[in-house]
Amino acid sequence: MNLHEFQSKQVFNQYGLPVPNNRVVTTSADAAAAASALDGDSWVVKAQIHAGGRGKAGGVKRVDDVETLTHAVGAMLGSRLVTIQTGEQGQPVNRVLIEETCNIARELYLGAVIDRSSRRVVLMASTEGGVEIEKVAAETPEKILKTKINPLTGLQPYQGRELAFGLGLEGAQIKQFGNLLSGLATLFIEKDLSLVEVNPLVVTHEGDLLCLDAKINIDDNALFRQSALLEMRDTSQEDERENRAKEWDLNYISLDGDIGCMVNGAGLAMATMDLIKLCGGEPANFLDVGGGATKERVSEAFKIILSDTNVKGILVNIFGGIVRCDLIAEGIIGAVEEVHVNVPVVVRLEGNNAERGSQLLDDSGLNLIAANDLTDAAQKIVAETGKLS
Amino acid sequence: MSVLVNKNTRVICQGFTGKQGTFHSEQAIAYGTQMVGGVTPGKGGQTHLDLPVFNTVRQAVEQTGATASVIYVPAAFCKDSMLESIDAGIELVVCITEGVPTLDMLQVKMVADSAGVTIIGPNCPGIITPGECKIGIMPGAIHSKGKVGVVSRSGTLTYEAVKQTSDPGYGQSTCIGIGGDPIPGTSFIDCLKLFEADEQTEAILMVGEIGGTAEEEAAEFIQSEISKPVAAFIAGGTAPKGKRMGHAGAIIAGGKGTAADKFAALEKAGVTTVRSPAELGKGIAEAAGW
Repeated sequence: MNLHEFQSKQVFNQYGLPVPNNRVVTTSADAAAAASALDGDSWVVKAQIHAGGRGKAGGVKRVDDVETLTHAVGAMLGSRLVTIQTGEQGQPVNRVLIEETCNIARELYLGAVIDRSSRRVVLMASTEGGVEIEKVAAETPEKILKTKINPLTGLQPYQGRELAFGLGLEGAQIKQFGNLLSGLATLFIEKDLSLVEVNPLVVTHEGDLLCLDAKINIDDNALFRQSALLEMRDTSQEDERENRAKEWDLNYISLDGDIGCMVNGAGLAMATMDLIKLCGGEPANFLDVGGGATKERVSEAFKIILSDTNVKGILVNIFGGIVRCDLIAEGIIGAVEEVHVNVPVVVRLEGNNAERGSQLLDDSGLNLIAANDLTDAAQKIVAETGKLS
Repeated sequence: MSVLVNKNTRVICQGFTGKQGTFHSEQAIAYGTQMVGGVTPGKGGQTHLDLPVFNTVRQAVEQTGATASVIYVPAAFCKDSMLESIDAGIELVVCITEGVPTLDMLQVKMVADSAGVTIIGPNCPGIITPGECKIGIMPGAIHSKGKVGVVSRSGTLTYEAVKQTSDPGYGQSTCIGIGGDPIPGTSFIDCLKLFEADEQTEAILMVGEIGGTAEEEAAEFIQSEISKPVAAFIAGGTAPKGKRMGHAGAIIAGGKGTAADKFAALEKAGVTTVRSPAELGKGIAEAAGW
């Protein structure tokens, strides 16, 4: 789960990470009052969406008077911001952050992720803040300083000093940075994060450290014990179909093609998409129906797939395993009848009683095409949707 | 021979009397696995599926001599269950449950490593040595005893690999589903090492996924340490960047972990790769010269 910048900054505050004073508004009428509660006579206006690349897309603006501020806030609210990280549709802007400005002397980068190879939480810092960190990592990896948290001892003060000196900080900044890093490490572990980024972490002309941006991703698996963060969830930033699927314990991701897929198992679902592409088609979605492919869930899966109007045909690929394929076939038949599926459906069933399952599909009188194997299934659906030359 | 489990492996189940624990224990017993009991706190002293139920793993180990445990408890309790098994002297812990928090696994893995315990999973189908011992949720009937070592990050895609090696008569020595999470208890490299040392295993079939760099690390290891033929498939070539494909680990982040990267690394290491999930059997035959 992702948080908005303003939410991430609220969490930062709880852990003693310094952020600029700010206010969040949902209407332009509130902008002037919000600004008057802040210091200074210029502000930064930032559109709150679950995507990066806002600056270049016009989602971050510096304003020097209240009139321009109100206008900028009004223009952002209610719009959809398209950045390099959003789709063509962009993300809806329902909230805008108004923040005090500061005098920037240096822009640094600070982040933390779980490193799978070393199986540790890794803290990263760089002198190259304010730019895309992936680019720095690819081109000048020596400019990214790293330190790992030992799960037994937690972060130690020397690790903060190492990074601070490495970043060229001096004087009181060393201690400030140490506190900041310690807060970040505690936050990461206490809140079950999968990623936290401060880009940029600035050094002001006055010599203070300030988190100008804040990005937090939370481990979905841990949400059951992070109720305060779960309350911050903003479903307007998420795909509606993907959310509907979640309610049914279905795992759905929409894609750009026209062949709908319904598969049991995430790996097999990805592999099925790959095979469709190899056969000349384009998958419209990833959908894992999971273990219990019951009639109700299969029906719901058909509804979700068909709510994408690009879908011209559906490939169902179920490796029955322990569940009997004739029961799955009955579920599919029932679902196709109930949902009134009006596109061709190719079904490949494997496992216990697979032949009996295929027979049921053939005898159903519905537009269900049984496939003999994986390749046959992919070729048939590609042919049915008219993509095979 | 085989790896990790065989007909002598004595297995207990944590979450024994629950719905999943009951169903899959029944299946395991029917397959011939030496299930020797189970653990459900508060139900100690009862009998379930004709086997003794214990309150703690320690009691179960003391009274049954179990060396392996399979876990079907909800994700929130898996850390506790895995640590309890490790503490009680279990040598092989198989955690089937999906949705275990990553930071929990980080700690469990550290404890398991220092205790010399093997954890398989979480979020995995389990491990099976055909004809001898089935620990997990895989359908036993598709497996056959044989010469291919199978290691996979996925569940049903593993079944695909099994079927495609059973149908032509190659069979499997042992199949290990290492699971789709970012921090698996057992890695590809751990399994490759075991298969290399196992006499029954003549060739290794590896099924990977997008996300992380486990396959790239495995490729390096294969190049320097593995003499047996290896074939591989990577799922997720069509997956877009930044979208998590079902498994917590299957996401292309920061431009890393693409199927193309993984295929390239494996090919460089001399691994026979196949681009279609329907050609897993063909790939292993080609790699082994069968």
